[in-house]
Amino acid sequence: MGEVIVITSGKGGVGKTTTTANLGTGFALLGKKVALVDADIGLRNLDVVMGLENRIVYDLVDVTEGNCRLKQALIRDKRFENLYLLPAAQTRDKTAVSPEQMKELCRDLAQDFDYVLIDCPAGIEQGFKNAIAGADRAVIVTTPEVSAVRDADRIIGLLESEGKSNPKLIVNRIRPKMVKKGDMMDIDDIIEILAVDLLGIIPEDEYIVISTNKGEPAVANPASLAGTAYKNIVRRLMGENVPLMNLEADEGFFGRFKKILGF
Amino acid sequence: MFDLINKMFGKEGTGSKDIAKERLRLVLVHDRVNVSPQFMEVLKEDMIKVISNYMEINERDMEINLTHTNTQVALVANIPVNRMKRGTIAGE
Repeated sequence: MGEVIVITSGKGGVGKTTTTANLGTGFALLGKKVALVDADIGLRNLDVVMGLENRIVYDLVDVTEGNCRLKQALIRDKRFENLYLLPAAQTRDKTAVSPEQMKELCRDLAQDFDYVLIDCPAGIEQGFKNAIAGADRAVIVTTPEVSAVRDADRIIGLLESEGKSNPKLIVNRIRPKMVKKGDMMDIDDIIEILAVDLLGIIPEDEYIVISTNKGEPAVANPASLAGTAYKNIVRRLMGENVPLMNLEADEGFFGRFKKILGF
Repeated sequence: MFDLINKMFGKEGTGSKDIAKERLRLVLVHDRVNVSPQFMEVLKEDMIKVISNYMEINERDMEINLTHTNTQVALVANIPVNRMKRGTIAGE
């Protein structure tokens, strides 16, 4: 039996879909068999982030309504062995699926895959409830902003009341320079406020924009800082003990100068 | 000296993260107060247990609520007392 992990956040635009795509690709790169499920029915995006939008025939709702078999709806990613996508329906809404159907779907997928990653829609309504229904564990994505951390706190509470305790946190889009200046909350601040375990940190990285433009997950590019951070998270999810990335490494000429002078 | 160099290079931050933390703390105090009715019921029963050691109270008319103001959350209890119990407090 594989493991079902939901990627959620409450707030929109913090990087759930990017995280799902990169973690999934990261697992596949390490030889795991992975299914990505886009649970954002009506606003599907994981397909374009993965660069698989032209290959959709059936979707999640087709599977739950019995219009096709699960295997027919799964799109195989030709670039990465053992990576599959189950796209969301675009012309339906969140009520087209029930939590029970999602549970069943996750159970079925977990029979065949090592990891099943569910990209949760923003919000705390039906779509959220569907997305978390079949998950064994939850990963929460936030950014170092008041609004995103507040929503993450709400999500942690809701997950707990649904019996999904001990979610893990990813803090996305950290800008080390701003943290250093005291103009951005740092990891310790956020962890202290939310009282959850940290799974990883992702630095702000322009390459994410480029990779989304191209539909090629950043984790496949060794030169991308965010990609490397995602790779680390994948290994942590597999039980490895990987130290947090040192974000101060990129401190520029002046920083190196200060270090030499012994400040 | 170091501060001076930082200022010269325009590196002095406004330290706005402390403002963010404080605002977040307050907002979460309010958000987290939305506790379940069961939670309040258990709290009420525990309070009755403790207070009953000292006085007889009117459990039926007893009210406890969490109230919000802009800066804090308070537990407000209105507990009618029927009579004090003798020998439990003064003079012991």
